[in-house]
Amino acid sequence: MDPVFLSRLQFAVATLFHFIFVPLTLGLSILVAIMETRYVRTGNSEYKKMTKFWGHMFLINFVVGVVTGITLEFQFGTNWARYSKYVGDIFGSILAIEATVAFFLESTFVAVWFFGWNKLKPGTHAICMWLVAIASNLSAFWIIAANAWMQHPVGYEIRGGRAELTDFLAVITQSYAITNYLHTIFAGYVVAGFFVMGVSAYHLLKKNEISFFTKSFRIALVFSLIFSISEVFMGDIIGKEVAKLQPEKLAAVESQWETQKGADFSLLLIPDEKHERNSVELFNIPNFLSFLAKGDWNAEIRGLKSWPPADRPPVTAVFASFRIMVGLGFLFILLTIIGWFKRNRLESSPIYLRIMLYSIPLPYIATLLGWIVTEVGRQPWIVYGVLKTVDASSPLAGSQVAVSLGAFIILYSGLGAIAIWLMARHAKHGPETV
Amino acid sequence: MLETIWFLLWGLIWGIYFMLDGFDFGLGILLPFIARSDKERRVIYNAMGPFWDGNEVWLITAGGVTFAAFPTTYAVMFSTLYTPLLMILFALIIRAASFEFRSKIAGLSWKSFWDACLFIGSLAPALLFGVAFANIFRGIPFDNNYVFQGNLLTLLNPYGLLGGVLFIALFLVHGSIWLAIKSDGNLQLKAKTAASSIWIFLLVVSVVFLGCTWFATPLYKNYLGNPILFILPLITVLALLATRLFIFQNSFWKAWTASSLTILTAVLFGIVGLFPNMYPSSIDSTLSLTAFNSSSSPLTLKIMLGVVLVMVPIVIAYQTWAYHLFSGKIDEAMLSSKESY
Repeated sequence: MDPVFLSRLQFAVATLFHFIFVPLTLGLSILVAIMETRYVRTGNSEYKKMTKFWGHMFLINFVVGVVTGITLEFQFGTNWARYSKYVGDIFGSILAIEATVAFFLESTFVAVWFFGWNKLKPGTHAICMWLVAIASNLSAFWIIAANAWMQHPVGYEIRGGRAELTDFLAVITQSYAITNYLHTIFAGYVVAGFFVMGVSAYHLLKKNEISFFTKSFRIALVFSLIFSISEVFMGDIIGKEVAKLQPEKLAAVESQWETQKGADFSLLLIPDEKHERNSVELFNIPNFLSFLAKGDWNAEIRGLKSWPPADRPPVTAVFASFRIMVGLGFLFILLTIIGWFKRNRLESSPIYLRIMLYSIPLPYIATLLGWIVTEVGRQPWIVYGVLKTVDASSPLAGSQVAVSLGAFIILYSGLGAIAIWLMARHAKHGPETV
Repeated sequence: MLETIWFLLWGLIWGIYFMLDGFDFGLGILLPFIARSDKERRVIYNAMGPFWDGNEVWLITAGGVTFAAFPTTYAVMFSTLYTPLLMILFALIIRAASFEFRSKIAGLSWKSFWDACLFIGSLAPALLFGVAFANIFRGIPFDNNYVFQGNLLTLLNPYGLLGGVLFIALFLVHGSIWLAIKSDGNLQLKAKTAASSIWIFLLVVSVVFLGCTWFATPLYKNYLGNPILFILPLITVLALLATRLFIFQNSFWKAWTASSLTILTAVLFGIVGLFPNMYPSSIDSTLSLTAFNSSSSPLTLKIMLGVVLVMVPIVIAYQTWAYHLFSGKIDEAMLSSKESY
């Protein structure tokens, strides 16, 4: 068995699993902090009940995110030794900064928050939740900045057979880092918003704790409405950046084979990688792809065929992931706008509530697909234009990686199943009286 | 110079990690032997409750600074120690899960399952970290392609295992003292008894380990060349003796401080002996990775030094505040609250 392929698979399993839990942490920490702040401001115990109910869910989710994050950090060394050696000067330092600046803060204060209800003044206690929220969102920045450097390396020079840092600020302030960061945290906010709305919908359908869940739903609705719209705008900005900085990724995302001026956009398209064409292209919007990618109806879009086959990313997976992600992104806007009009009569909208309940997984799916577009779309490079994935692995035997991959799958399935079961159980049970 | 400073910081961060998470490991291993009722088990879980996560971040930081400051060491160390390292990570995952999940369901078999996970999740990292560091002191069989010539059993040689047993003994004493701080009555008495009897075992293992180190590793070379350095193991020995004295006097906070110092200086003893090596090859010493041939560029080392010198004191300040906030004993009120494990 090919150790590089297995290592890629293992990294994909570990990252995607990690990123089931992270987005909820990013968004729910803020929602819980908002709820607790309202409790402190108004003294209304319903908000305290809310803080505890959603906070409980947050904690189960949080711990899985934490423990699966550690394996990611160490996997760069275990499975991608040549990568680590080549880029550690830049990439490693960003990860180390993440730990010292953000992760300590998050992990210390999440415990103070959980155990500290009776030890701290209400205001101080709420500040702890804000610190957790700020730290997790700060932590995401460093991770995304590191990833952005893999997509678009800047501020470095190749010296002595490795990439060495020459401009730290360029690395952390490049627009790819900022835009992808915002895109990622907004995705997390939509995940959390839909999660809270979905669980609330479950109880509203059962006419259970109507006031409590109507309030929860509305807080999450406003949050989701703002960020699902912002998310699509961010997506558009990133699309234009990809067109400029990673043209082969754009070509794969759109399954564009020929270099063309004024390229059309097909609403229905099925790529045929084997014959380097699309087997179906229907409902064309003339010149629209050029406009989307470059903001100019007649701009030239470079086609996949202009790169040798070995330098192209896999098209079907990237294309399909992207299309579904974008479709879901618009669906989230639609669902939250409908919610906005129904916000004052939620209990009498059972169909909408049922849709929202079953929509809980959708933002998760969109987020994971986004990572597939980003990471698979960068292939065959691990650091775009600098280092190929095949040259980045550790000198391991295939059997070694096969065993660890099996262990990852078994352990993570068990862990995920238990965490999701515990969260579902708590969600169904509803809030405790405080 | 930058490399030397980073080498010492690297050792210090590993030392702090073992000093802090060490008592968690010790308590996890001790749990099945010392706790006779669910209440006693819960005292142990809650004694670690507010701390284990913050402690574990020191490991992430240790990994992170290895990556940032010594990328070649990070790459070769982590890939050649592939199997034991992943075993440690998996163990840490089930340990964390046992903290967070055990209290969520009332059933007896559910709780025993997580107790078993906590035990394994504490024993395996304590043992394997000890094995790994002892083997690094000896030298690791990797060749000029950075390929590990051996398997897990290669690492489980007598000296490696002795290192593992030493770590377990250090952590058991450390954890028992922490339990004595956090509990009272019968459990505190049991914790004290455990601490003082395991201390004797620790003393024996330490002496044997230091003796074997003379024959199995080149660690003493730096000390013989620079006898002033012997002050470091001297502090370790004094701290170890003081630990026993303070346990005897029922001054558990002082005993814990002494035990912390024992662990910290024991780790530093090894690291200073290793210098300038970070990851020596036992096949060919010219392949050994040192602080100088595996480090990052001066710019990265400088930036990271700035980050660490600013952030680590801040981290230590708020973690100390958190330790202070939860320094009280685990009492009935705490155990009957919903905000507990």
